[in-house]
Amino acid sequence: MNALTVTEPVLDAVQTGALVQARNVRKSYGHVEVLKGITLSVKQGEVMCLLGPSGSGKSTFLRCINHLESIDGGRIIVDEELVGYAQRHGRIYEMNAREVSRQRSGIGMVFQRFNLFPHMTALENIMAAPVGVKKVERNAAKTRALELLDRVGLSHVAQHYPAQLSGGQQQRVAIARALAMEPQLLLFDEPTSALDPELVGDVLEVMRQLAADGMTMIVVTHEIGFARSVADTVVFMDGGVVVEAGPPAEVLDDPQNPRTVAFLNSVM
Amino acid sequence: MSSAAPTAPTSRRAAAVASAPDDDVVAIPLRHPWRWVVATVLGLSLVWLIYSMWTNPNISHQTVTKYLFNPRIVNGVLLSILITVIAMLVSTVLGVFLAIMRLAHNPVMNFFAWLYVWVFRGTPLLIQIVFWGYLGLLYQQITLGVPFTDFTVFSVDTNTLVPAFTAGLLALTLNQAAYSAEIIRGGMLSVDPGQTEAAASLGMSPAYTLFKVILPQATRVIIPPMGNETISMLKQTSLLSVIAVLEVYTVATQISSQNLRQVELLLVVSCWYLFLTSVLSVPQYYLERHFGRGNGAAQAPTPLGRLAALLRRAGVLKARPAVVRPTEGGQP
Repeated sequence: MNALTVTEPVLDAVQTGALVQARNVRKSYGHVEVLKGITLSVKQGEVMCLLGPSGSGKSTFLRCINHLESIDGGRIIVDEELVGYAQRHGRIYEMNAREVSRQRSGIGMVFQRFNLFPHMTALENIMAAPVGVKKVERNAAKTRALELLDRVGLSHVAQHYPAQLSGGQQQRVAIARALAMEPQLLLFDEPTSALDPELVGDVLEVMRQLAADGMTMIVVTHEIGFARSVADTVVFMDGGVVVEAGPPAEVLDDPQNPRTVAFLNSVM
Repeated sequence: MSSAAPTAPTSRRAAAVASAPDDDVVAIPLRHPWRWVVATVLGLSLVWLIYSMWTNPNISHQTVTKYLFNPRIVNGVLLSILITVIAMLVSTVLGVFLAIMRLAHNPVMNFFAWLYVWVFRGTPLLIQIVFWGYLGLLYQQITLGVPFTDFTVFSVDTNTLVPAFTAGLLALTLNQAAYSAEIIRGGMLSVDPGQTEAAASLGMSPAYTLFKVILPQATRVIIPPMGNETISMLKQTSLLSVIAVLEVYTVATQISSQNLRQVELLLVVSCWYLFLTSVLSVPQYYLERHFGRGNGAAQAPTPLGRLAALLRRAGVLKARPAVVRPTEGGQP
């Protein structure tokens, strides 16, 4: 918050052509510093997988990108805008709730535990935000929602409530719900960790398809196979810092850092 | 297993054993003799109690039946219902706002909501009722204008603006709001924080999240205790007798002070309260059903639905034409 300096203009992102740019991002819970200066950037259309042991700060970092968590230092820029802060007349102001909501509506998020709205059907879950936030006309929103359900292969469960769906189906509805806001960036927070092994494949297939369609994605995951075949960049985090980053062929197949080696050995 | 079947099986059990595959357990059901003993003792006690009341020469049963549908009593019942309905509706709205204030980040709103609950929950309802009834003693005139100046829009006599009925309604509503606020706050806290995060990540505003995501889910938890509160409220309307609101208990005491049939009129009033509290559980059932949607598997048919199905099977009602459901998820 107060660690943000006023003088520096927020132009680096434009110059580098990155959709997401994080610079020296720091975050503490009480005395525990969980992010100790994360710097990385994601280009338009890029798929980045964040790997690392639990407690390494991957999920926290992901949640900072759409301001579900506020940062204590550094800065995050998405689409040439500071996340959570507005720049006016060379000063930086904390955003109000409405501005934060507007910013978040362009960044979709998929959660480990799906977080579908249990009192709404699959269809209503997908329609809720377009109708309530973007003020899309109901019928148009419904048509679009049905298209999205078809895209994730779930047209037949449109009228089902989340409790009547399997975990894999719920997660695919959650992806469709995030897509309904037409985000330019999708964040995935361990999207397959709460699923039974046989249901993981369907969800990964949908994500694979999204990546092929050019969606910019940041994925916190333990699925090394997915990272290897889909990611453009793999980032290995440990203890709140980026230990190693690069194309999957380098990080996964020829890791340089002993911590990366140890982690990959333990999960593969 | 089946080899342990009794040596002299009854014919049915023998048949069961014969038809069962070898590894099926065919057991003699556990007997519960004490259930029968307890049921008999309790049943006899109840019969004795009813008999002693029925044959008691000090209770005039004609008086009870005579006054059960007496117009004054019925009007009193209607007034009790009216007060209950208005007080519950208004206090629920107030309670929602108080709960929101309690959970808000604004410390001033927080404190105000806490103070409200502290005062109204911390003093006896009876005293609050008398207080509102005596409002006219405290402020003879109620004036709308700018404080500390002579400018006034209007000014009325307190006892005109706040007759006993309004005072009673006010007392019950404001008191109930404090309790409802705590129930509603509990319901809101029971909703998974992941729901708020999901709503936030979709760009929903805090207010939209509250009304479309949090409250509908909280309602499922809120309804059973609120049903309780409604039943309490109905019974608490009898406290308004202290400020002479003409609800059913006040009317009954007025009648019994003339004919000196106190017990009979108490029985009349009790019958009405019992009847009304029984009726109140019906809307609660349907509300719970409505807000429980999406929670668990398909819902069982309602009692009315079951009755209709039974009548259809018996041929009393015409069979319902087969419902053509659009294929779920099909294009519109």
